[in-house]
Parts: sequence; C-alpha cells; structure tokens
Amino acid sequence: MLRRKFLKILTSGLAVFATGLLTSIKTFAEWNQKAFSAKDFNAAINAYFPNQNISESNKIQIGVYDEIENGAVVPIKVETDLNNVNRITIFADKNPNPLIANFNLLKNCVPFVSTRIKVSEPSNIIVVINADNKLYMAKKFIVVHENGCG
Amino acid sequence: MTSTIRLKTKIKNNITTVRAIIRHPMETGFRISNETGKLIPAHYIKKVLVKHNNIIIFSCDWSRAVSKNPYLSLMFGNSKVGDKIEIAWFDTEGNTDILETVI
Repeated sequence: MLRRKFLKILTSGLAVFATGLLTSIKTFAEWNQKAFSAKDFNAAINAYFPNQNISESNKIQIGVYDEIENGAVVPIKVETDLNNVNRITIFADKNPNPLIANFNLLKNCVPFVSTRIKVSEPSNIIVVINADNKLYMAKKFIVVHENGCG
Repeated sequence: MTSTIRLKTKIKNNITTVRAIIRHPMETGFRISNETGKLIPAHYIKKVLVKHNNIIIFSCDWSRAVSKNPYLSLMFGNSKVGDKIEIAWFDTEGNTDILETVI
C-alpha cells in the first residue's frame, strides 16, 4: 500500500516536473532571430526595439573592466536606479552579432543581472533597459586584447 | 547523470541572490577544431527560465556571445527560506536541463 502510494506520488511528481518548466519554455520560445542574427549594431537595435525611442541615462551602472586580456570571458554586471525595470539587454557594437543577451525581469526582481560575455574587439558595451515602459541606454567602452569570438 | 546546472542561493532581508553556472560549450560556430581543421558547428543556449514557487520570475534570451559554461546571477524579493527555485535551459539542438532546489 505504502509502496503504491509512493509510486503514485513519484509518477505524478515526475509528470509535473517534466511538463511544468518545459511547456513554459516552449511557450516562451519566441527568440528574435532577426535581431540576434543582425550583423551591425544599428540593425540589431532596430530589430529588437523597432520604432522605439531610446534615451541616454546616467542611472544605469555597467560593471565591466575597462581593459580585458581575453575577450572570451568578460564579466559584466548591470545595475540601475531606474524603477519598474522589466528588461535588460546587452550589446557589444563590434561583435559579429552585436546583440548578446536579453534578460526579462518578470516578477519581484531586483534591477540587477550579472553574467559573462564574449567580446571580439575593443567595443562599446551598450545596455538598454526598459523601465516603466520607456527605454533607456548607457554605454561603456572597453579594450579587448584577444578576440573572444574566434 | 549529474546535472549541468550548479546553483547557489543566499537570502538576506527577503531578497534572494541566485548564482548559477551551467555546463555548456556555447560554441559560436566561428571556431576551428584543432583535430579536424573544420569549423565547429554553432551550439549554444538560447533560453533560460527561472521559477520561484512555480511562477516564472526571470527569463533570458541568449546569443552565442555568452561565455562558455555560462554564469548567471540575479536577485529577487518577496522570498523566504524554504521557497522553491527552478532553473531550466534550452539550447539550439533541443537539449534541455532543469534543476530544482530550495532557498
């Protein structure tokens, strides 16, 4: 009896486990092919934020070293004093595909993200933030000595 | 099989910091193999999802320009010790992995 109960719990648990996140991944599967495959910065930003005004902001902090030896691993941390942030997008303007990563902050998130990216050559790192449904951007120039995309 | 995801959580004043490392090659498609002399095909994670108590709170769209063995850190509020955290990724070849843990 106990064994049967245990098996029941186990199988139902597995079913929930398998369907839960995987279906949500599929429903969230839209991935902006055009923007991600764009080969220059203007094309990428226009494809990702079509017909939208982006104003420069000094309330975005881009935590990245000014000079990096190996472009394959560039730690980056983005923080902001802007309120109601629901999206953080990172570009490197000289990369073969300038759009690097987009982060959707859907619920209860602190406006912060940290990751590691590849940068091919000295570039402006551009961060676009959607806050209160307006777009803001900031940039920081970094020097990279070794191509991180090859 | 051991999970491809390593996850650490830390909580302070109801704000949880999540730090994750995913084991993945993140091949750009630009690299040439030392063994075969041919291009290694692109193979990278496109999507990452983070759930807190069964609700999606954070998602990522990634390109090939996220570093090999990706690192991701995020912070969220309204959380307490014992809450459930799930993280899942999905790559260009249809591979996926999920890790579930508690704060």
